[in-house]
Amino acid sequence: MTVFLSQIMNGIQNGVIYASLGLAIVLIFRTTGILNFAQGEMALFSTYVTWELTRLGLPVWLAIIVSMTLAFIGGALIERIVIRPFEQSSPLVLVIVTIGLFLAFNALAQLFFGVEAKALPRAYPDRNWLLGGVSLRSDTLVLIAVLAVECLLLWALLQRTKVGLALRAVASNADSARLLGVSAATMLMLGWGLAAALGCLAGALVVPTTSGLTAGSMQGILVFAFAGVALGGFDSPIGAVVGGLIIGIADALTRQYVPALAGIEIIVPFGLILVVLLLRPQGLFGHVKVERV
Amino acid sequence: MSLLEVRTLRAGYGPVEVLRGIDFHVDEGEVVVILGANGSGKTTTLRALSGMVETSGEVEFDGNPIAGARPEHVARAGVAHVPQGRGTVTDLTVEENLRLGAYTRRDKEVGADLERWYAMFPRLAERRQQQAGGMSGGEQQMLAIARAMMARPRLVLLDEPSLGLAPIITQGLFRTLGEMNRDLGTSMLVVEQNATLALAIASRGYVLETGEIVVEGTAADLAGNDDVRKAYLGI
Repeated sequence: MTVFLSQIMNGIQNGVIYASLGLAIVLIFRTTGILNFAQGEMALFSTYVTWELTRLGLPVWLAIIVSMTLAFIGGALIERIVIRPFEQSSPLVLVIVTIGLFLAFNALAQLFFGVEAKALPRAYPDRNWLLGGVSLRSDTLVLIAVLAVECLLLWALLQRTKVGLALRAVASNADSARLLGVSAATMLMLGWGLAAALGCLAGALVVPTTSGLTAGSMQGILVFAFAGVALGGFDSPIGAVVGGLIIGIADALTRQYVPALAGIEIIVPFGLILVVLLLRPQGLFGHVKVERV
Repeated sequence: MSLLEVRTLRAGYGPVEVLRGIDFHVDEGEVVVILGANGSGKTTTLRALSGMVETSGEVEFDGNPIAGARPEHVARAGVAHVPQGRGTVTDLTVEENLRLGAYTRRDKEVGADLERWYAMFPRLAERRQQQAGGMSGGEQQMLAIARAMMARPRLVLLDEPSLGLAPIITQGLFRTLGEMNRDLGTSMLVVEQNATLALAIASRGYVLETGEIVVEGTAADLAGNDDVRKAYLGI
């Protein structure tokens, strides 16, 4: 039982990591209609910036805030400079552009910051409690708390503010939104900026819990984050969280209990996605597009 | 001075010129109709006014030049555009669509206006929490008009409001448009193929043919013009 609970705990720990990045993916999708494959590498780059700022002597929490601000500006500029020229192109072209961004940010991170692993300190004390033989880390608690606050703020922004309404309107029908006085250009930049800032926060909180910051840090996480988002529904913040947790837990339990799949544990979460998407193509919490003409 | 004054308006898509220099105006409180066959440039005229296509020429709204301005700027100046196909934001609810209509407003009376348009279109009130994309064509057209009015515009551009609707629905719609113009004094520029209904609420009209205005006059003049009768009234 203790082993089982410990594995559940491990799964949750990983799951909240996937969910943090998944939330950024959902945010861009909800506000711009684009699946950003570069989300992980943008987070990677901004986490390097966080690291650089701590090296310059900033306290970690301040470094995170400053790098999130820079990520916001950077994300908005990427939309303006890289994505905007392809605005009228097919979704396939945009996917390829974001894959290009993925490669570019990975290469730039290595170019500017080198290839050796960097140690990014935690912004909070590293504690470990034993509850009935199951270990509970402060990492898990902080990630859960941050994720909960993020979800709440995101929900409030999208569902309860005028800006959120405009963001969703532009994603759904940009021409109509513009005819009603919404500056689509501003909203797209805002969506990218917010997602980049969320990605930065995810990176800066996740990296200290791993063996160090390298150019490959976010790639495994991105795959699982995408899996979680596919499972939960691309347009649902709650879906990203639940999907991420399910993937994390399924993965952890497979590692523990299905030795036959050692090395290919990844098959289980992805098998799960296949089944869910066959039965519910919009994902667990996604919305079906209803349209009559 | 006219509310909307248009001189030598040209517009097109890339090398294809659709509007070849047209002049027209809409006075304060007027309903003006532009009649024309498919492909004559009616939709392009409205899209040119809203900055949705490449344009040249002069467009003055309330004395300010708006030719070539971006759609969002034209909207903020007080021009509401009900596009062809109704422009429903399908992923939002009916109420969210209406609130989006009031996006440019900063006053506190948005809630009161919502109730006013719900009273005018009870179907929308029944469906306020529904996704707008799931409604019938007639309901979406009501939504598009109510949403345009939520901006408290001085001029409404209507692009073939009758398109794809049953005749009985279309008649009701034009009656409503006539009432809105009479009660609120909102100026309207309507482009239509359904000349009978449009001329019934209009004070003046223009006939557009391959990007040029070929006839203009009062609604009564146009309704009595033989060419117009043959081409657009089916008489």
